[in-house]
Amino acid sequence: MVEGQIAIEEYKTGNTEHTWDLQKMFSAHKVLTKYSYKKGQVIKGYANRTLYVNLSTGQIAEKPVTEQMKKQFTGGRGFGLKLMWDSMKPTTRWDSPENELLITTGPLCGTTQYAGSGKSICLSVSPSTNILCDCNVGGFFGPYMKFAGFDAMEIQGKAKQDVVVVIDGEKGTVSIETAPLEEINTHLLSEQLTRMYASEDTDKSRQKVSVVSSGHAAENSYWGVLNFSFYDIRRKVPRIKQAGRGGLGTVLRDKKIKALVVKVERFDGVSNHPANPVALAKVGTKLHKEIRDLDRYQCNMRAVGTGHLVEIMDAYDLLPTENYRFGSFPKASKIYSPKFYELFTKIIPDGCWHGCTMACAKTVDGYTVMTGPYKGEKVTVDGPEYETIGACSNMSIWDPLWILEFNFYCDTYGVDTISAGTATAFYMEMYEYGILNKERCDGLELCFGNPDAALELLHRIAKGDEGEFIKVAAKGARRVKDWINRHGWGDKQLIEDAGMESKGLEFSEYVTKESLAMQGGYGLTLKGPQHDEAWLIFMDMVNNAIPTFQMKAEALHYFPMWRTWFGLNGLCKLPWNDVEPVDNAQTPEPSKVPEHVQNYVDFQNAMTGWNVTKEDLILQSERCYNWQRAMNVWLGRGQRKDDWIPFRAMGPVTEMEYVSRKERYDKSLVEKLGMPQKDVEKMITQEKIRILYEHRRNQYEKLTDAVYYRRGWTPNGIPTPQKMKQLGFSDKKMLKMLQDKIAADEKNGLNVWSGKYSKGEQSPSSEKHYWEKW
Amino acid sequence: MDHPTTVKILKFHAEKCNGCLECEKACSQVHFKTKDDGEKSAIRIIKTEKGYSMHVCDQRGLCLDMCPVGALTRRKNGVVWLDVNTCIGCQACVGFCPIGAMRKADVRIEPFKCISCGSCVRACPEKALELVEVKLPDVTQVVYHKLGA
Ligand code: SF4
Ligand code: SF4
Ligand code: SF4
Repeated sequence: MVEGQIAIEEYKTGNTEHTWDLQKMFSAHKVLTKYSYKKGQVIKGYANRTLYVNLSTGQIAEKPVTEQMKKQFTGGRGFGLKLMWDSMKPTTRWDSPENELLITTGPLCGTTQYAGSGKSICLSVSPSTNILCDCNVGGFFGPYMKFAGFDAMEIQGKAKQDVVVVIDGEKGTVSIETAPLEEINTHLLSEQLTRMYASEDTDKSRQKVSVVSSGHAAENSYWGVLNFSFYDIRRKVPRIKQAGRGGLGTVLRDKKIKALVVKVERFDGVSNHPANPVALAKVGTKLHKEIRDLDRYQCNMRAVGTGHLVEIMDAYDLLPTENYRFGSFPKASKIYSPKFYELFTKIIPDGCWHGCTMACAKTVDGYTVMTGPYKGEKVTVDGPEYETIGACSNMSIWDPLWILEFNFYCDTYGVDTISAGTATAFYMEMYEYGILNKERCDGLELCFGNPDAALELLHRIAKGDEGEFIKVAAKGARRVKDWINRHGWGDKQLIEDAGMESKGLEFSEYVTKESLAMQGGYGLTLKGPQHDEAWLIFMDMVNNAIPTFQMKAEALHYFPMWRTWFGLNGLCKLPWNDVEPVDNAQTPEPSKVPEHVQNYVDFQNAMTGWNVTKEDLILQSERCYNWQRAMNVWLGRGQRKDDWIPFRAMGPVTEMEYVSRKERYDKSLVEKLGMPQKDVEKMITQEKIRILYEHRRNQYEKLTDAVYYRRGWTPNGIPTPQKMKQLGFSDKKMLKMLQDKIAADEKNGLNVWSGKYSKGEQSPSSEKHYWEKW
Repeated sequence: MDHPTTVKILKFHAEKCNGCLECEKACSQVHFKTKDDGEKSAIRIIKTEKGYSMHVCDQRGLCLDMCPVGALTRRKNGVVWLDVNTCIGCQACVGFCPIGAMRKADVRIEPFKCISCGSCVRACPEKALELVEVKLPDVTQVVYHKLGA
């Protein structure tokens, strides 16, 4: 029923209410260190200092933000990269004490007028990949941290016992406190801490607190998320958004942090003290109106969030089902967005930060938990978003209620729905082939479409089950591949090609088999196979707008740079192209959404008082993008072999897949490879797969060549010192490290193109050491 | 809790208006303590071909469900009220008001709107404005959704 206009105090979720002795919990805290700082003002988007916390030594300190730092790294993720570069070593791994957990904001973060301006960007060395991982997350923590006084927070070292780190923007203190009695799992812990630290027992007061936490499964897996809370004054619960990818919650728990808490004294629409608040309100209001008028005809985000994608992906054969074997499924209509719309609570300003009228953060309230320790409780489930639904379709789970169940437990246990879903789908496929079985899976019947088993796996991971499979399964697809191979249980090639991970991180939920550009969008990335750098499937596969390698490379330059920019500023990507101006299709480059790009130019200028152009925005990103790649090189990765993707991302691995889309693949052999139709008809499927395999692998190598060249890297994917200098970097340590690496590659014969080029085709450059001439 | 069932809204007698904008001046006095007409007034008198028309909030309250911090509430007298101290200036209400009656002046970030105080009615030399009581269900409007279809 659509009601609306219900007084805030009268809103009811029907959730189970908890009574805790918060006083007792709080009394059990022992303050280990307390640091007082001078409260300050944010000026033109910058607090102009960062916070350093060392849990091993108890040191808490402030670091100044210099003009040079703003110029080179802009803010947000850029600041994070700079701070990590200054404090870690090339041997730093995810669980090294010197590994840092960064929470950063960006100059536009905390703006309330422009939709999608409340994102925090988190960084750390990831347990899945052992390189840098960055996550962009909603919730109130980042904006509040900035208004409390800090552009970023840097946490190093490990505590000896469970602690909370509290930034009190009211008192101007930062403290490390033991916290022995609170829960670990997020849905309880974030509520306990929100109530505990709110200055008054009111919803308005609770709304001024934000908590970052994880859960029990984060402790025992590589899938840990950071749950960022945002207190909902209507539902009267702290809701959550996830910094999901790469196991940052695992790092949090490894440091023995139970939670981070921030409290803001007060804030208003101009707490960032923008250079030009009038211009800011103008551009923001223009977007609000666009969302009001157009969202209902475009993405329908305000009603169903990102879940609107399910039916589109299913229609285009892009919805991953049964571990990406297929892109659509007869049962898929059971999980289309209208099914979730029936369950969502409606007509609430569902932004993950104030003023986001895109409002994609949907919830189901009063959901009755079906399994596990909270069975029977009624809870608010944040989501599901498209990725979570896709993770479930990948496991062949077609019941909205089971999807909610999976969503709820992943969240409160602190694990990533994407990694957990994609990895479990892989285990399920191995189970189907008998490579895994009930015995090998510690008694779990992990077959496709068995949600009980999928949930049981989560419960056991959360409980710290010592089963050999449970322990390795919790580390994700890469480790399970190695484990299966060590046991010699199956065809190694099949196992490598079917497990959808790259760099050690699981793929997010899109089928990329027919889009070479999107394969690059997953493989040629900094942190691993996540669609946040580029989403080119429609442009490439449906519209065929970027047919050549060069054009694809240009797209794989521009879009990753453009999308990186959101993370430098503390913004959400969605309001950029999930709503488009009415006349967007008539512009010369609709995929860039030129009017919105101009909005962002105006936005950054209005905030900072700078005078940047749209080209400058790309330059800001290019600096940080190359810096991050270079840091990955420094950590021993970030080169061509690390940009490998499994064949399941490129084409059919099994005969069943080939046969299920036979017409398409046969056509590909005829049209793309020039094979005579008659021959193709006579060939056995296995042979056709082999030919397609070789062809598509080579296409990917050629694409890689073109992209590296466009990005200013060597053929082995190393950012060149020349490029770094052009971008304005003079850091000697960095330049020398890159120079040495390129020299070592030279010795090992790695500075050569990898694509096999036939007559009439050209590699990106015939000149050896082309970069030396730049 | 007792809920209001009626609300007073402005009614305009166009035939009486002479375009003097005394109402706008009175309104900006209410909201900004200045006598400027124009962008600081919640009511706007617009010159049309035939004469004048009025543009002002009719207390429909669609904005109530837009406010993330609860700065907008329906008061006991049925009026939609913006609490400036709670408002965080996001402009969601401004952007989503279907008739553009939630207003924003350059001098401050928080918007403002008609509170049916009657100042403009009293200020009008021609008695072109009147506050009339209407039933709430006749004016309320809820923010639009595509209803999942
Ligand atoms: S679009 Fe969604 S994810 Fe992005 S800021 Fe708005 S509510 Fe948050
Ligand atoms: S501008 Fe103020 S009153 Fe309007 S929706 Fe935003 S916070 Fe609420
Ligand atoms: S009734 Fe009061 S607030 Fe409304 S337009 Fe008239 S003077 Fe302004």
